Amino acid sequence: MSAAPARRWRPPPLIASPWLRYGLALGAAVYLALALGSVEVNWARLSEGWARGLRFLSGFAAPDFSRRWDDIAQGMVESLTMTVTATVAGIAISVPIGIGAARNLVPLPVYLVCRAIVALSRALHEIVVAILLVALVGFGPFAGFLTLAFATIGFLAKLLAEDIEDADAAPIEAVRATGAPWLSLVAFGVLPQVAPRLLGLSLYRLDINFRESAVVGIVGAGGIGATLNTAIDRYEFDSAAAVLILIIAIVMASEYVSGLVRARVK
Amino acid sequence: MPVAPLSDGRRAWARRTPAGTLAAWLGWLALVALTVFCWRVMTQDTIWSFVRDAPAQAADIGARMFPPRWSYFPVLLKPLWDTLNIATLGTLAAIVLSVPVAFLAARNTTPSAALVRPAALFVIVASRSINAIIWALLLVAILGPGVLAGICAIALRSIGFIGKLLYEAIEEIDATQVEAVRATGASGPQVLTYAIVPQIMPAFAGISVFRWDINIRESTVLGLVGAGGLGLNLESSLNTLAWPQVTLILIVILATVVASEWISAKVRARFG
Repeated sequence: MSAAPARRWRPPPLIASPWLRYGLALGAAVYLALALGSVEVNWARLSEGWARGLRFLSGFAAPDFSRRWDDIAQGMVESLTMTVTATVAGIAISVPIGIGAARNLVPLPVYLVCRAIVALSRALHEIVVAILLVALVGFGPFAGFLTLAFATIGFLAKLLAEDIEDADAAPIEAVRATGAPWLSLVAFGVLPQVAPRLLGLSLYRLDINFRESAVVGIVGAGGIGATLNTAIDRYEFDSAAAVLILIIAIVMASEYVSGLVRARVK
Repeated sequence: MPVAPLSDGRRAWARRTPAGTLAAWLGWLALVALTVFCWRVMTQDTIWSFVRDAPAQAADIGARMFPPRWSYFPVLLKPLWDTLNIATLGTLAAIVLSVPVAFLAARNTTPSAALVRPAALFVIVASRSINAIIWALLLVAILGPGVLAGICAIALRSIGFIGKLLYEAIEEIDATQVEAVRATGASGPQVLTYAIVPQIMPAFAGISVFRWDINIRESTVLGLVGAGGLGLNLESSLNTLAWPQVTLILIVILATVVASEWISAKVRARFG
C-alpha cells in the first residue's frame, strides 16, 4: 500500500502574497546594490582613523575628568538647569495645547490650530530649531531652553491629546450631566484619567530633554554639548569619554528614578 | 474616603486627606522652587538686550528666507540620496547588531541572567543615552567626514532603541507556545525559529520601520557635523547666510520626513 507523498509543513510567511514578497525582496536587493555602490569609503583615511578609534576606546578605560573639569562642571550645570526649566515650561504649554488638540473636547477650529502647532514642533529637528534660535537670541543656554521647550510641545501635546481622545467617555458624560462648565469638565472628568500617564510622559521627556541638551550645545545653544564638541575637536578623547560617561550615568539614574515614581503612581 | 468639615458643621467630600493636601502643596512648592532656582542659574549670563531684539531679528531673517531658491533643487538630489542611504543602511546594520543583544537581554532567552543580561542592558542604555549627532561627531573625528560616519552613527544610536523595544517584546511572548514546541522534543534553535520568532515578528517589523522613520529625521541633520547628507548643504548655506537656500533645504527635509512618516504609519498599521 503506497502512502501519499509526504508533505512538509512550513510556517506561514509574514507577507502572504508571493508577488509582493518576492517583489519586495528583489527591490531590496537592487536598492542595496545601488546604495552600497554609492557609499564612498576612503580606505587611507580609515586606516589612519583606526589608531584614533583605539585611542578613544582607551579614553573610556581611563577617562580624564580633571583637566577640563571647570568646562565640564559649567556645561553640566547649564545642561541640567536648561533641562529642568525647559521641561517645566514645555509641560505648562503642552497641557493646554494637548487639551486643544483632543477632538472630543474642543470645536474644530481650535483643534486644527493646536494640531498645526504640534505638527510644526514635531517636523523641525531640535538642532535646526536651535540654529535658528541661536541666530535670534544669541549664544547660550537661553536659546537651548527655548529649543527644548518647543520640542517638548510636539512630543507631550501629541501624546496627551491621543490619551485624552482614548479616555473613557462615561466619566466625562457624568460630569457633564451635573451641568458642570467646560473647565470643571476637564478638571474632574478628563485630567484624573490622564494624570498618571501625563506624569510618566513628563518624566520621560525630562530624560529626553537632558539627552538633547547635550546636542544643542554643538550649535552654540549652551550645555554640555559645547564642552563635548571642544574636546572632540581637539582629539582629547579622554575628556570626551569623561563627558559621555557622565551623560550615560545621569540618564541611567534618571531612568531608575522615573521607573520608581511610575511604579508608585500606577 | 476623605471628608472636609464645612463651617456650618456639615461634612463634604474632599479629594485628599488634610495630610495629603499638605503633601501635594509641598510637592508643588518644591517643584516651583527648583524651577526658579534653575532659571536663575541658567540665565545669569543671558544678554537680555539680544532676547528683546529677537522679534526684529526674526522678521529680518524671515524676510530674507522668502522666496526659496528653487533653482538650487538639482544640487540637493545627491545629498538627498545620501541621506536616505544613511538612514536605511544604518537601520539595517542596527537590526543585525541589535537582534542578538535583544535575545541576550530578554529575561526568558538570556543564557545567564546574572552575567550576560546586565552587559546587554548596559549596551542598550549606553547606545540610547548618546544622540546620533554626538555619535556622528565622534565618528567623524575617527573615520573622517562622509556618509560612512553617518551610517555608523545611525547604527550605533539605533541598537539601543531596537534592542530595548525588541527585548521587551520577547519578554512578553506567550510561554505556552514555547512549552508546546519544546514538548515535541525540539532543539534550542528549533524552539527559537518555531516558537519565539513567529511571535515577535510583527513587533520586530513595526519597531524596525518605526526606527527607520526616526532615522530619516536624524540623518537629515547629521551633515551639520560633517557626516554627509542634506545637513552638509544646510551647514554651508547657513555659513554663507544663503537664507533662500536654507528655506529650500528645510522644505526638502520636511517633505522627506512627512513621506517617511506616512510609509512607516502604513507598515505599522498593517503589522499592528
